[in-house]
Amino acid sequence: MKSYQTLKTAMRALRRNVMRAALTTLGIVIGVAAVIAMMEIGNGSSIAIQRTIASMGANNLLIQPGTAASGGVSFGAGSVMTLTPEDAEAIARECPAVGSVAPAVRARTQVVYGNRNWVPMFIYGTTPAYLDVRDWADMAEGEAFTDRDVRNSSKVCLIGQTLVRELFGGESPLGKEIRLQNVSFKVVGVLQRKGANMMGMDQDDVVLAPWTTIKYRVVGSSATTVNQSTAAASTSVNTLSQIYPNTAPNLYPVPSDTEQADTPQPVRFTNVDQIIAAARSSKQIPTAIQQIRGLLRERHHLRPGDSDDFNIRDMTEMTRAMSSTTELMTKLLLVVAMISLVVGGVGIMNIMLVSVTERTREIGLRMAVGAEPGDILQQFLVEAVVLCLTGGAVGILAGRACSYLVTLMLRWPTASSLGAIIASVLVSASVGIVFGYYPAWKASRLDPIDALRYE
Amino acid sequence: MELIELKDIHKTYHLGEVDVPVLKGVSLTIARGELVALMGASGSGKTTLMNLLGCLDHPTTGEYWLEGREISQLTTAERARVRKATIGFVFQSFNLLARTSALENVIMPLTYGGEHLSERTMRERAATLLEKVGLAERLDHQPSQLSGGQQQRVAIARSLVNRPRVLLADEPTGNLDSRTSEEILRMFQDLNCADGLTIILVTHDPGVAQHAQRVIRIHDGLIVDGETAAREPVAAGGVG
Repeated sequence: MKSYQTLKTAMRALRRNVMRAALTTLGIVIGVAAVIAMMEIGNGSSIAIQRTIASMGANNLLIQPGTAASGGVSFGAGSVMTLTPEDAEAIARECPAVGSVAPAVRARTQVVYGNRNWVPMFIYGTTPAYLDVRDWADMAEGEAFTDRDVRNSSKVCLIGQTLVRELFGGESPLGKEIRLQNVSFKVVGVLQRKGANMMGMDQDDVVLAPWTTIKYRVVGSSATTVNQSTAAASTSVNTLSQIYPNTAPNLYPVPSDTEQADTPQPVRFTNVDQIIAAARSSKQIPTAIQQIRGLLRERHHLRPGDSDDFNIRDMTEMTRAMSSTTELMTKLLLVVAMISLVVGGVGIMNIMLVSVTERTREIGLRMAVGAEPGDILQQFLVEAVVLCLTGGAVGILAGRACSYLVTLMLRWPTASSLGAIIASVLVSASVGIVFGYYPAWKASRLDPIDALRYE
Repeated sequence: MELIELKDIHKTYHLGEVDVPVLKGVSLTIARGELVALMGASGSGKTTLMNLLGCLDHPTTGEYWLEGREISQLTTAERARVRKATIGFVFQSFNLLARTSALENVIMPLTYGGEHLSERTMRERAATLLEKVGLAERLDHQPSQLSGGQQQRVAIARSLVNRPRVLLADEPTGNLDSRTSEEILRMFQDLNCADGLTIILVTHDPGVAQHAQRVIRIHDGLIVDGETAAREPVAAGGVG
């Protein structure tokens, strides 16, 4: 029997009882629609969750200088100076898996405005790209500083919400001057609230300024992370502080200005404390690490076998949280989908069995005029598959409509999923075959004599 | 060569522990172009014999030669192929597909692809046959819109669409009034005369058997006076 004829026969058989066929297939329609809608809503939510976690810095890579060691004593990460701003620029230029990258110079010092002062948790000297890396580009007020400010080492800065509260007490800080180490910085922008990070540290307790300004005007040297306010306080007249000296005595005579001018030090390359990069997506993190590592080894003239003079860290914990959230969601949806499709399939089987019984005489007749058992099997199987596929097609439309409505009415994010559509077509076809097989087999095994006489 | 030749056919049904012999050594021959009536009371084995002749069932023992081929021990699928190529059926209760037009009903056997015809050839052949049985105006009517006689004519057209060598009619007039019965039987006679089609009428009605050239009587699983009564015209007074 030609497949076209089989299909036509099946369609005609279904058309003879349109209402029942429609109700039968409703199970599959609802099942597939649920799958599609849930997949799309789930996809949307997991993309939204991913975006949220990414804004916490899950895609970030932290590149720090390597470890200095002296006489078996290691000084910990960041104790040698091997990273340069040019490294950051080269990474941005040559590593395709890296979305954005910024150098950072850290400082820890007192910030003064008027009669208030505060020691921020983070003072970063960086470039505007830092805001892209941290997904922080939208300002609450004002504008970010620019690359030109970085080149000119302009005395401008951005401050976080905590500083606004502590120093300005609610008034707008835009255009105001704050002082770090007696250097005046003009506040050009206020960062949006970001809250605590994974370690519970307040990320809004931050000052961002061009790294050139911080490096050359505020810090002087990256190794200096001493709390300047206490150091400054201890040099003031306070005899008690002599009991617990917290400034190291000068072992060598301090050269005077004239002596320094007479014997210039060789100019060293400029180093930065760390480089922060963001991979384009969480999946590309390993690639990004590899690319950065290769590039930096080349730039630092490391031979094969030499150990790295830097180290790269990713936010493994966050990435894992992210991927496990997504995975869990997908699995949950899959289970629900399977259950509803199986229920739909049982409905199909039930109706097909009824249909076989009801059409026993017809089957007998078809056999009498020469239909082989295989023809009968094929015919009923095709009927079941047609039912399921029709249900699947309608279900896909209904599911898409459903997720569209959800987006429209509830403003939940949804994302269409081609995979879900393909999967539900395949699943509904196989439901048709699996649950249609038994009734079809039963039909094909009928004895034409009994079937013809069946009342 | 005879078209149909049965040699010592036995058929025994197993009902649980008990063996019920239904045919107890039936031998008969039917030549090409004959119009034969197969008569017998209910329980005589008439239906069983018809099922065997129609290749719907196989005998327990014995030989069945159809067109020079021994077909008593074929598999289910092989028997289906024999039916599709050689045998046409007409039933007492017409057995048309409900909610399906007369034309589609007639086409139905062709879709099982004995001959690999194109869609158009199938329609043409079915339409020609429906014309032949006098239903040219009713191609698109569904069984529920046709009278009993018309339905049986559709069924006859359906049985002919595969160009069978043998037509098996099982009580073809059982559900029809006497005038329509007469029409249908005349149609069988026409088919037999004009086309030389071999027709076996299975009936218990002597009035129907009267239209046949030969009557084979079966009683209690055995042929009685089948061959001897051959060609003997049935008494006119026998019509009830």
